[in-house]
Amino acid sequence: MSETSKRGVFGWLDDRFHLAPLVDYMRHKEVPVHRHSIWYYMGGVTLFLFIVQLFTGILLLMYYRPGAESAYESVRFLMNKVPFGWLFRAVHSWGANIFILFAFVHMFSTFFTRAYGRPRELTWVTGFVLLALGMGFGFSGYLLPWNELAFFATKVGTDIAGVLPVVGDAIKVFLRGGEDVTGATLIRFYAFHIALIPAIFTGILGVHLLFVQRQGMHEPEFVSRQPEGEKRTMAFFPNFLLRDLFVWLIVLNVLLFLAVFYPWELGLEADPFASAPQGIKPEWYFMFMFQTLKLIPAHVLGLEGEMLGVLVFMLAGLAWMLVPFWEIRTRATGRLKPMAVIGFLALGFIVIMTIVGYLV
Amino acid sequence: MAEPKRSRRSFLNYVLGGGLLGWIGSVIYPVASYLRPPAEAGGDVASVKWGPEGDFRPGTSAIVKFGRKPVLLVRLEDGEFRALSATCTHLDCTVQFRSDQRDIWCACHNGVYDLRGQNVSGPPPRPLGPYAVNIVDGDVVIARLEA
Repeated sequence: MSETSKRGVFGWLDDRFHLAPLVDYMRHKEVPVHRHSIWYYMGGVTLFLFIVQLFTGILLLMYYRPGAESAYESVRFLMNKVPFGWLFRAVHSWGANIFILFAFVHMFSTFFTRAYGRPRELTWVTGFVLLALGMGFGFSGYLLPWNELAFFATKVGTDIAGVLPVVGDAIKVFLRGGEDVTGATLIRFYAFHIALIPAIFTGILGVHLLFVQRQGMHEPEFVSRQPEGEKRTMAFFPNFLLRDLFVWLIVLNVLLFLAVFYPWELGLEADPFASAPQGIKPEWYFMFMFQTLKLIPAHVLGLEGEMLGVLVFMLAGLAWMLVPFWEIRTRATGRLKPMAVIGFLALGFIVIMTIVGYLV
Repeated sequence: MAEPKRSRRSFLNYVLGGGLLGWIGSVIYPVASYLRPPAEAGGDVASVKWGPEGDFRPGTSAIVKFGRKPVLLVRLEDGEFRALSATCTHLDCTVQFRSDQRDIWCACHNGVYDLRGQNVSGPPPRPLGPYAVNIVDGDVVIARLEA
């Protein structure tokens, strides 16, 4: 490379690790500019929220004491006595929800712009796995304050896993650390939440980001049909990155606003020998599945309704994950594209079932 | 010439492949066993004493810790005791006695049982399991029903 790059810290590193081609690559990376460019920011926002979760999660670890006797008390102490403890917990709880929300937005925008197709099949698959792990983060983290609502929601959630044929009971016992939801479950969920899932998530996230960097942004069909001269692009560095950072700043402000003005309730401490209170609901991103299970009759065609529902959801999830491999292609002439119809049906189902779940 | 070579190679492949499978098994087995929690002591209870009969007002209920399971103890208006498993047969929530409705209700998914534990409405697929209630020396004692 040029003489100047050999000087200074960068030159020292470049001599050893041959970084110049990487920098050169980044410098030439372009992001398409068109009327749907806004969706390019959704993955970045999700990434940013993950970083916020990592940061606030580590802060919460400094005071959290896992265990049925200590967990609730330690969270209460953190919220009431520790300076800004209430803030970091509220940011972590709100951040988790917004993280999942943006992951869904990111996923559906990828779906509707058909960015999952060749050559980005594996980016889609890893993204789906990240969403599933993100929901695992949510499910395991929900129990950690050991409050009443989370206790019963976890009982219901793990019991649903138990309805699966053959392996269901083993999964339930594995998740619960025993037959019932107890302090043993809390310790397991803690291990899942702070060690197991983060380790797997970080690895897959690295691969996902590597794929995105290597392949660049997807150009939607209507852009790729344009003549080369009419296409507009923007340099990734620094133009797009600075816009990314600006959006992150807005998201951070919204997050702080929510955390300050709508702080997260702790609720009552879980009591395994008390009746379930009214209003046991899973977190909103599980609501559509939960509500569907409620609507399925107890027995369908001689099978247990719940088991059937869980199996159908698993198959649907698998099909969704493998969309790039069975995608229905059509000539771009028709107004109604089959994949768009499938996408709207899926989205509509999720939205309607979620709303019904909160109304009933 | 080629034949013995190939069979030696496939033999080695089997040995190495088998060794690898054995190695994987020897790692997975202890890990899987470790993750299966051992049975805890204290789950196998035959009977539990609630307290003096006179302290239990008619028309009220209590959740009693029976080993590791909750049991719903109800005293009807006429003074009769009923004890039922408090674990909803639907999805494992803990039920409660509603004195105004004279029924047993699960708040999680609106499951309703009658006072004998029969599932009346809502999603529960089975009735609540009954327990025996005896008065021993003036104390209310809940016991497993002899099968």
